[in-house]
Amino acid sequence: MAEKRATRESYGMALAELGEKYDILVMDADLSKSTKTDMFKKKFPERFINTGIAEGNMMATAAGIATTGRVVFASSFAMFAAGRAFEQIRNSICYPNLNVKIGATHAGISVGEDGASHQCLEDIGIMRTLPNMVIINPADHIEATAAVEAAILHDGPVYLRFGRLAVEQIFDSETYKFELGKGVTISEGTDATIIATGLMVPEAIEAAKLLKNEGIDAGVINIHTIKPIDKDIIAKAAAKTGAIVTAEEHNVIGGLGSAVAEVLCETCPVPMLRVGTQDVFGRSGKPKELLEIYGLTAANIAETVKKAIALKK
Amino acid sequence: MNKNEIALHAYQARKTALTGIYNAQSGHPGGSLSICDILSVLYFEVMNVDPANPKMEDRDRFVLSKGHCAPALYAMLAEKGYFPRSDVYTLRQTNSYIQGHPDMKGIPGIDMSTGSLGQGISAANGMALAGKLKDKDYRVYTILGDGELEEGQVWEAAMFAAHYKLDNLTAFVDNNGLQIDGKITDVMNSEPIDEKFRAFGWNVIVIDAHDYDEILDAVNEAKETKGRPTMIVAKSVKGKGVSFMENNPAWHGAAPKKEEFEKAIAELDAVISNLKA
Repeated sequence: MAEKRATRESYGMALAELGEKYDILVMDADLSKSTKTDMFKKKFPERFINTGIAEGNMMATAAGIATTGRVVFASSFAMFAAGRAFEQIRNSICYPNLNVKIGATHAGISVGEDGASHQCLEDIGIMRTLPNMVIINPADHIEATAAVEAAILHDGPVYLRFGRLAVEQIFDSETYKFELGKGVTISEGTDATIIATGLMVPEAIEAAKLLKNEGIDAGVINIHTIKPIDKDIIAKAAAKTGAIVTAEEHNVIGGLGSAVAEVLCETCPVPMLRVGTQDVFGRSGKPKELLEIYGLTAANIAETVKKAIALKK
Repeated sequence: MNKNEIALHAYQARKTALTGIYNAQSGHPGGSLSICDILSVLYFEVMNVDPANPKMEDRDRFVLSKGHCAPALYAMLAEKGYFPRSDVYTLRQTNSYIQGHPDMKGIPGIDMSTGSLGQGISAANGMALAGKLKDKDYRVYTILGDGELEEGQVWEAAMFAAHYKLDNLTAFVDNNGLQIDGKITDVMNSEPIDEKFRAFGWNVIVIDAHDYDEILDAVNEAKETKGRPTMIVAKSVKGKGVSFMENNPAWHGAAPKKEEFEKAIAELDAVISNLKA
Protein backbone atom coordinates (compact mmCIF):
# COMPACT_ATOMS: atom_id res chain seq x y z
CA MET A 1 0.00 0.00 0.00
CA ALA A 2 1.20 3.50 -0.82
CA GLU A 3 2.39 5.65 2.06
CA LYS A 4 -0.05 7.99 3.78
CA ARG A 5 0.01 11.52 2.42
CA ALA A 6 -1.87 14.71 3.26
CA THR A 7 -3.84 16.18 0.37
CA ARG A 8 -2.08 19.53 0.96
CA GLU A 9 1.14 17.72 0.03
CA SER A 10 -0.57 16.30 -3.05
CA TYR A 11 -1.47 19.91 -3.93
CA GLY A 12 2.15 21.06 -3.71
CA MET A 13 3.40 18.04 -5.63
CA ALA A 14 0.77 18.45 -8.34
CA LEU A 15 1.56 22.15 -8.77
CA ALA A 16 5.28 21.41 -9.08
CA GLU A 17 4.60 18.69 -11.64
CA LEU A 18 1.91 20.51 -13.62
CA GLY A 19 4.07 23.63 -13.72
CA GLU A 20 6.03 21.84 -16.44
CA LYS A 21 2.95 21.31 -18.57
CA TYR A 22 0.96 24.50 -17.89
CA ASP A 23 2.03 28.15 -17.65
CA ILE A 24 0.42 28.57 -14.22
CA LEU A 25 1.27 31.13 -11.54
CA VAL A 26 1.09 30.27 -7.86
CA MET A 27 0.45 32.75 -5.05
CA ASP A 28 0.69 32.27 -1.32
CA ALA A 29 0.22 34.45 1.74
CA ASP A 30 3.29 33.50 3.80
CA LEU A 31 2.20 29.89 4.34
CA SER A 32 4.05 28.19 1.49
CA LYS A 33 5.79 25.73 3.80
CA SER A 34 2.43 24.63 5.21
CA THR A 35 0.31 24.77 2.06
CA LYS A 36 3.23 23.03 0.28
CA THR A 37 3.32 25.55 -2.52
CA ASP A 38 7.02 25.84 -1.64
CA MET A 39 7.48 22.75 -3.82
CA PHE A 40 6.38 24.85 -6.79
CA LYS A 41 8.40 27.84 -5.59
CA LYS A 42 11.62 25.82 -5.52
CA LYS A 43 11.12 24.64 -9.08
CA PHE A 44 9.60 27.77 -10.62
CA PRO A 45 10.64 30.75 -8.47
CA GLU A 46 9.85 33.20 -11.29
CA ARG A 47 6.23 32.01 -11.32
CA PHE A 48 5.69 32.13 -7.56
CA ILE A 49 4.29 35.26 -5.90
CA ASN A 50 4.25 35.73 -2.14
CA THR A 51 1.83 38.42 -0.99
CA GLY A 52 2.83 38.27 2.64
CA ILE A 53 0.08 37.90 5.24
CA ALA A 54 -2.62 39.63 3.22
CA GLU A 55 -5.21 37.17 1.94
CA GLY A 56 -7.78 39.68 0.72
CA ASN A 57 -5.11 41.46 -1.28
CA MET A 58 -3.91 38.11 -2.64
CA MET A 59 -7.36 37.18 -3.98
CA ALA A 60 -7.97 40.51 -5.72
CA THR A 61 -4.43 40.56 -7.10
CA ALA A 62 -4.97 37.03 -8.44
CA ALA A 63 -8.12 38.33 -10.11
CA GLY A 64 -6.14 41.08 -11.81
CA ILE A 65 -3.58 38.56 -13.04
CA ALA A 66 -6.36 36.32 -14.36
CA THR A 67 -7.79 39.18 -16.44
CA THR A 68 -4.61 38.99 -18.54
CA GLY A 69 -5.42 35.41 -19.53
CA ARG A 70 -3.27 33.48 -17.05
CA VAL A 71 -4.33 30.69 -14.72
CA VAL A 72 -3.34 31.54 -11.16
CA PHE A 73 -3.55 29.55 -7.93
CA ALA A 74 -4.06 31.52 -4.70
CA SER A 75 -3.16 29.50 -1.62
CA SER A 76 -3.80 29.84 2.08
CA PHE A 77 -5.47 27.99 4.92
CA ALA A 78 -9.19 27.40 4.29
CA MET A 79 -10.01 29.68 7.21
CA PHE A 80 -8.25 32.70 5.69
CA ALA A 81 -9.06 31.90 2.06
CA ALA A 82 -12.80 31.25 2.29
CA GLY A 83 -13.28 33.15 5.54
CA ARG A 84 -11.16 36.26 5.61
CA ALA A 85 -11.07 36.81 1.86
CA PHE A 86 -14.71 35.89 1.15
CA GLU A 87 -15.70 39.24 -0.23
CA GLN A 88 -12.69 39.54 -2.53
CA ILE A 89 -13.50 36.05 -3.83
CA ARG A 90 -17.11 37.08 -4.38
CA ASN A 91 -16.64 40.47 -5.99
CA SER A 92 -13.25 40.26 -7.69
CA ILE A 93 -13.19 36.57 -8.70
CA CYS A 94 -16.66 35.01 -8.93
CA TYR A 95 -18.66 38.00 -10.19
CA PRO A 96 -16.33 38.54 -13.18
CA ASN A 97 -15.91 34.72 -13.44
CA LEU A 98 -12.12 34.87 -13.50
CA ASN A 99 -9.73 31.96 -13.79
CA VAL A 100 -8.49 31.94 -10.21
CA LYS A 101 -8.02 28.60 -8.46
CA ILE A 102 -8.12 28.78 -4.69
CA GLY A 103 -5.95 26.18 -2.97
CA ALA A 104 -7.39 26.04 0.54
CA THR A 105 -5.41 23.77 2.83
CA HIS A 106 -5.81 22.90 6.52
CA ALA A 107 -9.57 22.56 6.18
CA GLY A 108 -11.63 20.89 8.89
CA ILE A 109 -11.20 19.64 12.42
CA SER A 110 -8.17 17.49 11.52
CA VAL A 111 -6.01 20.62 11.65
CA GLY A 112 -5.72 19.40 15.24
CA GLU A 113 -3.60 21.22 17.78
CA ASP A 114 -4.07 24.76 16.39
CA GLY A 115 -7.65 24.62 17.59
CA ALA A 116 -10.93 26.33 16.72
CA SER A 117 -9.49 29.55 15.25
CA HIS A 118 -7.82 27.52 12.48
CA GLN A 119 -10.30 24.65 12.04
CA CYS A 120 -12.43 25.83 9.16
CA LEU A 121 -15.76 24.00 9.20
CA GLU A 122 -17.73 26.56 7.21
CA ASP A 123 -15.82 26.97 3.95
CA ILE A 124 -17.92 24.65 1.78
CA GLY A 125 -21.07 26.41 2.95
CA ILE A 126 -19.63 29.86 2.30
CA MET A 127 -18.20 29.01 -1.11
CA ARG A 128 -21.27 27.07 -2.22
CA THR A 129 -23.41 30.21 -2.19
CA LEU A 130 -21.25 31.92 -4.81
CA PRO A 131 -22.39 31.81 -8.45
CA ASN A 132 -19.68 30.54 -10.86
CA MET A 133 -17.75 28.79 -8.08
CA VAL A 134 -16.77 25.12 -8.41
CA ILE A 135 -15.86 23.27 -5.18
CA ILE A 136 -13.68 20.15 -5.08
CA ASN A 137 -12.95 18.27 -1.85
CA PRO A 138 -10.64 15.35 -2.70
CA ALA A 139 -10.32 12.24 -0.54
CA ASP A 140 -6.77 11.07 -1.15
CA HIS A 141 -3.52 11.73 -2.96
CA ILE A 142 -4.68 10.32 -6.29
CA GLU A 143 -7.90 12.30 -6.30
CA ALA A 144 -6.22 15.50 -5.07
CA THR A 145 -3.60 15.31 -7.80
CA ALA A 146 -6.26 14.81 -10.45
CA ALA A 147 -8.35 17.64 -8.99
CA VAL A 148 -5.53 20.16 -9.42
CA GLU A 149 -5.25 19.41 -13.13
CA ALA A 150 -9.04 19.44 -13.51
CA ALA A 151 -9.05 22.89 -11.91
CA ILE A 152 -6.49 24.15 -14.42
CA LEU A 153 -8.56 22.82 -17.31
CA HIS A 154 -11.84 24.28 -16.00
CA ASP A 155 -12.52 27.81 -17.21
CA GLY A 156 -13.55 29.81 -14.13
CA PRO A 157 -13.04 29.93 -10.38
CA VAL A 158 -12.43 26.73 -8.43
CA TYR A 159 -12.18 26.20 -4.67
CA LEU A 160 -9.93 23.24 -3.87
CA ARG A 161 -10.17 21.95 -0.31
CA PHE A 162 -7.20 20.09 1.13
CA GLY A 163 -6.35 18.62 4.53
CA ARG A 164 -3.35 18.76 6.82
CA LEU A 165 -3.63 15.18 8.05
CA ALA A 166 -1.82 12.37 6.21
CA VAL A 167 -4.44 9.99 4.79
CA GLU A 168 -4.46 6.51 3.27
CA GLN A 169 -4.45 6.23 -0.47
CA ILE A 170 -7.80 4.70 -1.37
CA PHE A 171 -7.80 5.00 -5.16
CA ASP A 172 -5.67 3.19 -7.72
CA SER A 173 -3.61 5.54 -9.85
CA GLU A 174 -3.86 3.14 -12.80
CA THR A 175 -7.65 3.04 -12.94
CA TYR A 176 -8.70 6.33 -11.30
CA LYS A 177 -10.44 8.80 -13.59
CA PHE A 178 -11.52 12.24 -12.33
CA GLU A 179 -14.61 13.78 -13.87
CA LEU A 180 -15.52 17.23 -12.59
CA GLY A 181 -19.07 17.25 -11.24
CA LYS A 182 -19.44 13.48 -11.25
CA GLY A 183 -19.94 11.43 -8.11
CA VAL A 184 -18.22 8.06 -7.84
CA THR A 185 -20.00 4.89 -6.77
CA ILE A 186 -17.49 3.04 -4.63
CA SER A 187 -19.85 0.21 -3.73
CA GLU A 188 -23.49 -0.57 -4.45
CA GLY A 189 -25.93 -1.25 -1.62
CA THR A 190 -29.60 -2.05 -1.15
CA ASP A 191 -30.50 -0.89 2.38
CA ALA A 192 -28.98 2.61 2.49
CA THR A 193 -26.36 4.81 0.81
CA ILE A 194 -23.56 6.67 2.53
CA ILE A 195 -22.57 9.79 0.60
CA ALA A 196 -19.18 11.01 1.76
CA THR A 197 -16.55 13.56 0.82
CA GLY A 198 -12.87 14.10 1.55
CA LEU A 199 -11.51 12.63 4.74
CA MET A 200 -14.82 10.87 5.43
CA VAL A 201 -14.66 8.68 2.31
CA PRO A 202 -12.40 6.00 3.85
CA GLU A 203 -14.52 6.15 7.03
CA ALA A 204 -17.64 5.57 4.92
CA ILE A 205 -16.02 2.56 3.24
CA GLU A 206 -15.12 1.19 6.67
CA ALA A 207 -18.64 1.88 7.95
CA ALA A 208 -20.11 -0.15 5.09
CA LYS A 209 -17.88 -3.07 6.13
CA LEU A 210 -19.02 -2.78 9.76
CA LEU A 211 -22.65 -2.77 8.61
CA LYS A 212 -22.11 -5.78 6.36
CA ASN A 213 -21.01 -7.74 9.43
CA GLU A 214 -24.42 -6.93 10.90
CA GLY A 215 -26.24 -7.97 7.74
CA ILE A 216 -26.90 -4.42 6.50
CA ASP A 217 -26.07 -3.68 2.87
CA ALA A 218 -25.03 -0.02 2.56
CA GLY A 219 -23.61 1.48 -0.61
CA VAL A 220 -20.93 4.20 -0.66
CA ILE A 221 -20.72 7.20 -2.97
CA ASN A 222 -17.78 9.58 -3.07
CA ILE A 223 -18.65 13.18 -3.90
CA HIS A 224 -15.42 15.00 -4.71
CA THR A 225 -17.15 17.86 -6.55
CA ILE A 226 -19.55 19.44 -4.09
CA LYS A 227 -20.52 22.12 -6.59
CA PRO A 228 -21.84 21.49 -9.15
CA ILE A 229 -23.13 18.40 -7.36
CA ASP A 230 -24.00 15.19 -9.19
CA LYS A 231 -27.79 15.19 -8.78
CA ASP A 232 -28.34 12.01 -10.78
CA ILE A 233 -26.15 9.76 -8.69
CA ILE A 234 -27.79 11.06 -5.49
CA ALA A 235 -31.37 10.71 -6.77
CA LYS A 236 -30.71 7.22 -8.10
CA ALA A 237 -29.14 6.08 -4.82
CA ALA A 238 -32.11 7.48 -2.90
CA ALA A 239 -34.60 5.74 -5.19
CA LYS A 240 -32.74 2.46 -4.95
CA THR A 241 -31.87 2.29 -1.24
CA GLY A 242 -34.48 4.57 0.34
CA ALA A 243 -32.17 6.02 3.01
CA ILE A 244 -29.20 8.38 2.83
CA VAL A 245 -26.46 9.32 5.29
CA THR A 246 -23.97 12.06 4.43
CA ALA A 247 -20.51 12.26 6.00
CA GLU A 248 -18.22 15.26 5.89
CA GLU A 249 -15.52 17.01 7.90
CA HIS A 250 -17.55 20.22 7.98
CA ASN A 251 -20.49 21.73 9.81
CA VAL A 252 -23.68 19.82 8.91
CA ILE A 253 -25.08 23.26 8.03
CA GLY A 254 -24.11 24.41 4.57
CA GLY A 255 -21.84 21.63 3.42
CA LEU A 256 -22.29 18.29 1.67
CA GLY A 257 -25.21 17.34 3.91
CA SER A 258 -27.08 20.48 2.96
CA ALA A 259 -26.25 20.05 -0.72
CA VAL A 260 -27.50 16.46 -0.73
CA ALA A 261 -30.63 17.42 1.22
CA GLU A 262 -31.42 20.06 -1.39
CA VAL A 263 -31.15 17.47 -4.15
CA LEU A 264 -33.25 14.91 -2.27
CA CYS A 265 -36.02 17.39 -1.46
CA GLU A 266 -36.34 18.32 -5.11
CA THR A 267 -35.93 14.88 -6.66
CA CYS A 268 -36.51 11.90 -4.39
CA PRO A 269 -37.31 12.68 -0.74
CA VAL A 270 -36.22 9.81 1.51
CA PRO A 271 -35.07 9.65 5.15
CA MET A 272 -31.67 11.28 5.45
CA LEU A 273 -29.24 11.95 8.31
CA ARG A 274 -26.03 13.97 8.36
CA VAL A 275 -22.69 13.13 9.96
CA GLY A 276 -20.45 16.15 10.43
CA THR A 277 -19.70 18.66 13.14
CA GLN A 278 -23.02 19.57 14.75
CA ASP A 279 -22.91 23.37 14.48
CA VAL A 280 -20.14 23.75 17.04
CA PHE A 281 -16.60 25.11 16.99
CA GLY A 282 -13.65 22.75 17.28
CA ARG A 283 -10.90 22.63 19.91
CA SER A 284 -7.23 21.75 20.26
CA GLY A 285 -6.16 18.11 20.27
CA LYS A 286 -4.68 15.33 18.21
CA PRO A 287 -6.53 14.97 14.91
CA LYS A 288 -7.58 11.36 15.46
CA GLU A 289 -8.87 12.15 18.96
CA LEU A 290 -10.81 15.13 17.67
CA LEU A 291 -12.36 13.08 14.86
CA GLU A 292 -13.57 10.65 17.56
CA ILE A 293 -14.94 13.42 19.80
CA TYR A 294 -16.87 15.02 16.95
CA GLY A 295 -18.20 11.71 15.64
CA LEU A 296 -16.34 11.75 12.36
CA THR A 297 -15.72 8.01 12.43
CA ALA A 298 -16.76 4.82 10.68
CA ALA A 299 -18.50 3.67 13.85
CA ASN A 300 -20.66 6.79 14.07
CA ILE A 301 -21.47 6.66 10.37
CA ALA A 302 -22.56 3.01 10.77
CA GLU A 303 -24.76 3.87 13.76
CA THR A 304 -26.27 6.78 11.84
CA VAL A 305 -27.04 4.51 8.87
CA LYS A 306 -29.02 2.22 11.20
CA LYS A 307 -31.01 5.21 12.44
CA ALA A 308 -31.71 6.33 8.87
CA ILE A 309 -32.90 2.85 7.92
CA ALA A 310 -35.19 2.85 10.98
CA LEU A 311 -36.75 6.08 9.70
CA LYS A 312 -37.88 4.29 6.53
CA LYS A 313 -40.65 2.53 8.43
CA MET B 1 -1.97 67.83 -26.21
CA ASN B 2 -5.01 69.71 -27.49
CA LYS B 3 -6.29 71.03 -24.17
CA ASN B 4 -9.45 72.35 -25.75
CA GLU B 5 -10.34 68.88 -27.01
CA ILE B 6 -9.46 67.29 -23.63
CA ALA B 7 -11.67 69.83 -21.85
CA LEU B 8 -14.54 69.28 -24.29
CA HIS B 9 -14.50 65.53 -23.64
CA ALA B 10 -14.26 66.11 -19.90
CA TYR B 11 -17.24 68.48 -19.82
CA GLN B 12 -19.30 66.42 -22.26
CA ALA B 13 -18.58 63.39 -20.04
CA ARG B 14 -19.83 65.35 -17.03
CA LYS B 15 -23.08 65.99 -18.90
CA THR B 16 -23.44 62.37 -19.98
CA ALA B 17 -22.74 61.04 -16.48
CA LEU B 18 -25.19 63.44 -14.83
CA THR B 19 -27.86 62.59 -17.41
CA GLY B 20 -27.51 58.89 -16.60
CA ILE B 21 -27.71 59.59 -12.87
CA TYR B 22 -30.70 61.90 -13.34
CA ASN B 23 -32.59 59.35 -15.47
CA ALA B 24 -31.96 56.59 -12.92
CA GLN B 25 -32.54 58.96 -9.99
CA SER B 26 -29.64 57.03 -8.51
CA GLY B 27 -25.85 57.21 -8.61
CA HIS B 28 -22.83 59.15 -7.40
CA PRO B 29 -22.44 62.59 -9.04
CA GLY B 30 -19.88 64.23 -6.72
CA GLY B 31 -16.95 61.86 -7.21
CA SER B 32 -17.87 61.25 -10.84
CA LEU B 33 -17.53 64.95 -11.64
CA SER B 34 -14.20 65.21 -9.83
CA ILE B 35 -12.40 62.58 -11.97
CA CYS B 36 -13.53 63.61 -15.48
CA ASP B 37 -10.43 65.69 -16.25
CA ILE B 38 -8.06 62.87 -15.28
CA LEU B 39 -10.10 60.39 -17.33
CA SER B 40 -10.07 62.68 -20.35
CA VAL B 41 -6.27 63.03 -20.31
CA LEU B 42 -5.85 59.27 -19.82
CA TYR B 43 -8.23 58.21 -22.60
CA PHE B 44 -7.41 60.94 -25.14
CA GLU B 45 -3.71 61.59 -24.54
CA VAL B 46 -2.14 58.71 -22.66
CA MET B 47 -3.60 55.22 -22.92
CA ASN B 48 -3.04 52.81 -25.78
CA VAL B 49 -6.57 51.44 -26.21
CA ASP B 50 -8.81 50.66 -29.16
CA PRO B 51 -12.60 51.01 -28.84
CA ALA B 52 -12.95 48.70 -31.85
CA ASN B 53 -10.96 46.03 -30.02
CA PRO B 54 -11.63 46.50 -26.30
CA LYS B 55 -9.81 43.30 -25.31
CA MET B 56 -6.68 44.07 -27.40
CA GLU B 57 -4.04 41.93 -25.73
CA ASP B 58 -1.34 44.46 -25.01
CA ARG B 59 -3.57 47.45 -24.37
CA ASP B 60 -3.01 49.74 -21.43
CA ARG B 61 -5.41 48.89 -18.61
CA PHE B 62 -7.63 51.08 -16.49
CA VAL B 63 -9.20 50.04 -13.17
CA LEU B 64 -11.67 52.33 -11.45
CA SER B 65 -10.91 51.31 -7.88
CA LYS B 66 -13.48 53.86 -6.67
CA GLY B 67 -16.07 51.93 -8.66
CA HIS B 68 -19.06 54.01 -7.57
CA CYS B 69 -17.87 56.75 -9.93
CA ALA B 70 -18.63 54.48 -12.86
CA PRO B 71 -20.90 57.10 -14.52
CA ALA B 72 -17.80 59.20 -15.30
CA LEU B 73 -15.94 56.18 -16.69
CA TYR B 74 -18.91 55.08 -18.82
CA ALA B 75 -19.29 58.63 -20.09
CA MET B 76 -15.60 58.80 -21.04
CA LEU B 77 -15.78 55.38 -22.75
CA ALA B 78 -18.71 56.79 -24.74
CA GLU B 79 -16.59 59.84 -25.66
CA LYS B 80 -13.91 57.43 -26.86
CA GLY B 81 -16.43 55.51 -28.96
CA TYR B 82 -16.89 52.24 -27.08
CA PHE B 83 -20.67 52.72 -27.12
CA PRO B 84 -23.09 55.60 -27.72
CA ARG B 85 -23.73 58.26 -25.07
CA SER B 86 -27.37 57.25 -25.10
CA ASP B 87 -26.40 53.89 -23.57
CA VAL B 88 -25.01 55.75 -20.55
CA TYR B 89 -28.38 57.47 -20.22
CA THR B 90 -29.78 54.02 -19.25
CA LEU B 91 -27.38 53.74 -16.28
CA ARG B 92 -28.65 51.59 -13.39
CA GLN B 93 -31.93 50.77 -15.15
CA THR B 94 -33.30 47.24 -15.03
CA ASN B 95 -32.95 46.32 -18.67
CA SER B 96 -29.67 48.14 -19.30
CA TYR B 97 -26.20 46.59 -19.49
CA ILE B 98 -24.80 49.79 -17.96
CA GLN B 99 -24.54 48.52 -14.38
CA GLY B 100 -24.38 50.62 -11.23
CA HIS B 101 -20.74 49.67 -10.79
CA PRO B 102 -18.19 48.63 -13.46
CA ASP B 103 -18.88 45.15 -14.90
CA MET B 104 -16.08 43.79 -17.07
CA LYS B 105 -18.18 40.92 -18.41
CA GLY B 106 -20.95 43.00 -19.87
CA ILE B 107 -19.55 46.45 -20.64
CA PRO B 108 -16.98 47.05 -23.41
CA GLY B 109 -13.85 48.86 -22.23
CA ILE B 110 -14.17 47.88 -18.57
CA ASP B 111 -10.98 46.04 -17.61
CA MET B 112 -12.03 45.06 -14.08
CA SER B 113 -15.27 44.71 -12.19
CA THR B 114 -15.11 46.95 -9.14
CA GLY B 115 -17.40 48.59 -6.64
CA SER B 116 -16.25 47.12 -3.35
CA LEU B 117 -13.64 49.62 -2.23
CA GLY B 118 -9.99 48.65 -1.83
CA GLN B 119 -10.07 45.76 -4.29
CA GLY B 120 -9.44 47.59 -7.56
CA ILE B 121 -5.91 48.64 -6.68
CA SER B 122 -5.06 45.00 -5.92
CA ALA B 123 -6.43 43.92 -9.29
CA ALA B 124 -4.43 46.70 -10.98
CA ASN B 125 -1.33 45.35 -9.22
CA GLY B 126 -2.12 41.89 -10.60
CA MET B 127 -2.38 43.25 -14.13
CA ALA B 128 0.87 45.19 -13.72
CA LEU B 129 2.74 42.20 -12.30
CA ALA B 130 1.41 39.87 -15.01
CA GLY B 131 2.68 42.35 -17.60
CA LYS B 132 6.13 42.48 -16.05
CA LEU B 133 6.37 38.69 -15.84
CA LYS B 134 5.79 38.49 -19.60
CA ASP B 135 7.96 41.52 -20.45
CA LYS B 136 4.94 43.37 -21.81
CA ASP B 137 5.22 47.11 -22.11
CA TYR B 138 1.60 47.94 -21.38
CA ARG B 139 0.88 50.22 -18.43
CA VAL B 140 -1.86 50.05 -15.81
CA TYR B 141 -3.79 53.05 -14.49
CA THR B 142 -6.14 53.17 -11.54
CA ILE B 143 -8.07 55.82 -9.61
CA LEU B 144 -8.81 55.51 -5.91
CA GLY B 145 -10.89 57.72 -3.68
CA ASP B 146 -9.41 59.43 -0.64
CA GLY B 147 -12.16 57.87 1.49
CA GLU B 148 -11.26 54.51 -0.07
CA LEU B 149 -7.81 54.81 1.53
CA GLU B 150 -9.53 53.96 4.82
CA GLU B 151 -9.83 50.35 3.57
CA GLY B 152 -6.94 48.31 4.96
CA GLN B 153 -6.57 46.41 1.70
CA VAL B 154 -5.31 49.60 0.00
CA TRP B 155 -2.24 49.48 2.21
CA GLU B 156 -1.71 45.77 1.63
CA ALA B 157 -1.76 46.61 -2.07
CA ALA B 158 0.52 49.63 -1.53
CA MET B 159 3.09 47.34 0.10
CA PHE B 160 2.73 44.81 -2.69
CA ALA B 161 3.20 47.33 -5.53
CA ALA B 162 6.38 48.71 -3.99
CA HIS B 163 7.71 45.26 -3.07
CA TYR B 164 7.30 44.00 -6.64
CA LYS B 165 8.61 47.30 -8.08
CA LEU B 166 5.53 47.83 -10.23
CA ASP B 167 6.81 50.87 -12.12
CA ASN B 168 4.27 50.10 -14.86
CA LEU B 169 1.50 51.06 -12.43
CA THR B 170 0.26 54.63 -12.12
CA ALA B 171 -2.36 55.26 -9.46
CA PHE B 172 -4.33 58.40 -8.74
CA VAL B 173 -6.04 59.40 -5.53
CA ASP B 174 -9.04 61.59 -6.26
CA ASN B 175 -8.31 63.78 -3.26
CA ASN B 176 -11.55 65.75 -3.00
CA GLY B 177 -11.55 65.65 0.79
CA LEU B 178 -15.10 64.38 1.19
CA GLN B 179 -16.77 61.02 1.77
CA ILE B 180 -20.41 60.04 2.36
CA ASP B 181 -20.51 60.98 6.01
CA GLY B 182 -18.63 64.25 5.62
CA LYS B 183 -15.06 65.53 5.51
CA ILE B 184 -12.34 62.90 5.32
CA THR B 185 -10.55 64.71 8.13
CA ASP B 186 -13.66 64.39 10.35
CA VAL B 187 -14.79 60.86 9.48
CA MET B 188 -11.42 59.06 9.39
CA ASN B 189 -8.40 61.03 8.43
CA SER B 190 -6.43 59.43 5.57
CA GLU B 191 -4.10 62.44 5.35
CA PRO B 192 -1.23 63.01 4.84
CA ILE B 193 -1.71 60.85 1.75
CA ASP B 194 1.53 61.84 0.01
CA GLU B 195 3.71 61.07 3.03
CA LYS B 196 2.02 57.74 3.61
CA PHE B 197 2.62 56.50 0.06
CA ARG B 198 6.20 57.84 0.11
CA ALA B 199 6.77 55.85 3.30
CA PHE B 200 5.40 52.77 1.51
CA GLY B 201 8.07 53.20 -1.19
CA TRP B 202 6.08 54.91 -3.94
CA ASN B 203 7.05 57.79 -6.15
CA VAL B 204 4.50 60.46 -5.18
CA ILE B 205 3.43 63.51 -7.19
CA VAL B 206 0.87 66.03 -5.94
CA ILE B 207 -1.13 67.84 -8.63
CA ASP B 208 -4.25 69.86 -9.34
CA ALA B 209 -6.76 67.26 -10.62
CA HIS B 210 -8.31 69.79 -12.99
CA ASP B 211 -5.10 71.09 -14.62
CA TYR B 212 -4.49 69.15 -17.83
CA ASP B 213 -0.78 70.03 -18.03
CA GLU B 214 -0.18 68.87 -14.47
CA ILE B 215 -2.03 65.61 -15.09
CA LEU B 216 -0.04 64.85 -18.24
CA ASP B 217 3.29 65.89 -16.72
CA ALA B 218 2.68 63.62 -13.74
CA VAL B 219 1.77 60.68 -15.97
CA ASN B 220 4.93 61.24 -18.00
CA GLU B 221 7.04 61.42 -14.85
CA ALA B 222 5.47 58.11 -13.75
CA LYS B 223 6.44 56.52 -17.07
CA GLU B 224 10.03 57.58 -16.56
CA THR B 225 10.19 56.46 -12.93
CA LYS B 226 11.87 53.07 -12.67
CA GLY B 227 11.69 50.54 -9.85
CA ARG B 228 8.74 52.15 -8.04
CA PRO B 229 5.03 52.59 -8.64
CA THR B 230 3.74 56.15 -8.84
CA MET B 231 0.90 57.65 -6.82
CA ILE B 232 -0.50 60.89 -8.18
CA VAL B 233 -2.32 62.68 -5.38
CA ALA B 234 -4.80 64.72 -7.39
CA LYS B 235 -6.27 67.59 -5.39
CA SER B 236 -9.78 67.78 -6.75
CA VAL B 237 -13.08 69.50 -6.24
CA LYS B 238 -15.91 67.10 -5.56
CA GLY B 239 -18.78 67.95 -7.90
CA LYS B 240 -16.41 69.89 -10.20
CA GLY B 241 -18.22 71.82 -12.93
CA VAL B 242 -21.61 72.16 -11.28
CA SER B 243 -21.52 75.11 -8.88
CA PHE B 244 -24.05 73.91 -6.34
CA MET B 245 -22.54 70.40 -6.20
CA GLU B 246 -18.98 71.57 -5.65
CA ASN B 247 -17.44 70.68 -2.26
CA ASN B 248 -20.78 69.51 -0.90
CA PRO B 249 -20.82 65.96 0.53
CA ALA B 250 -24.61 65.86 0.11
CA TRP B 251 -23.93 65.18 -3.60
CA HIS B 252 -21.81 62.10 -2.94
CA GLY B 253 -24.62 59.71 -3.72
CA ALA B 254 -27.71 61.75 -4.50
CA ALA B 255 -29.36 62.25 -7.88
CA PRO B 256 -30.46 65.76 -8.93
CA LYS B 257 -34.14 66.64 -9.17
CA LYS B 258 -35.51 68.12 -12.41
CA GLU B 259 -34.72 71.78 -11.71
CA GLU B 260 -31.31 70.92 -10.30
CA PHE B 261 -30.52 68.76 -13.31
CA GLU B 262 -31.55 71.50 -15.73
CA LYS B 263 -29.44 74.03 -13.86
CA ALA B 264 -26.44 71.69 -13.87
CA ILE B 265 -26.77 70.97 -17.59
CA ALA B 266 -27.08 74.69 -18.31
CA GLU B 267 -23.83 75.35 -16.44
CA LEU B 268 -22.02 72.55 -18.26
CA ASP B 269 -23.45 73.63 -21.62
CA ALA B 270 -22.13 77.13 -21.03
CA VAL B 271 -18.60 75.77 -20.54
CA ILE B 272 -18.94 73.54 -23.59
CA SER B 273 -20.15 76.47 -25.74
CA ASN B 274 -17.16 78.54 -24.65
CA LEU B 275 -14.79 75.68 -25.44
CA LYS B 276 -16.35 75.25 -28.89
CA ALA B 277 -16.14 78.97 -29.58
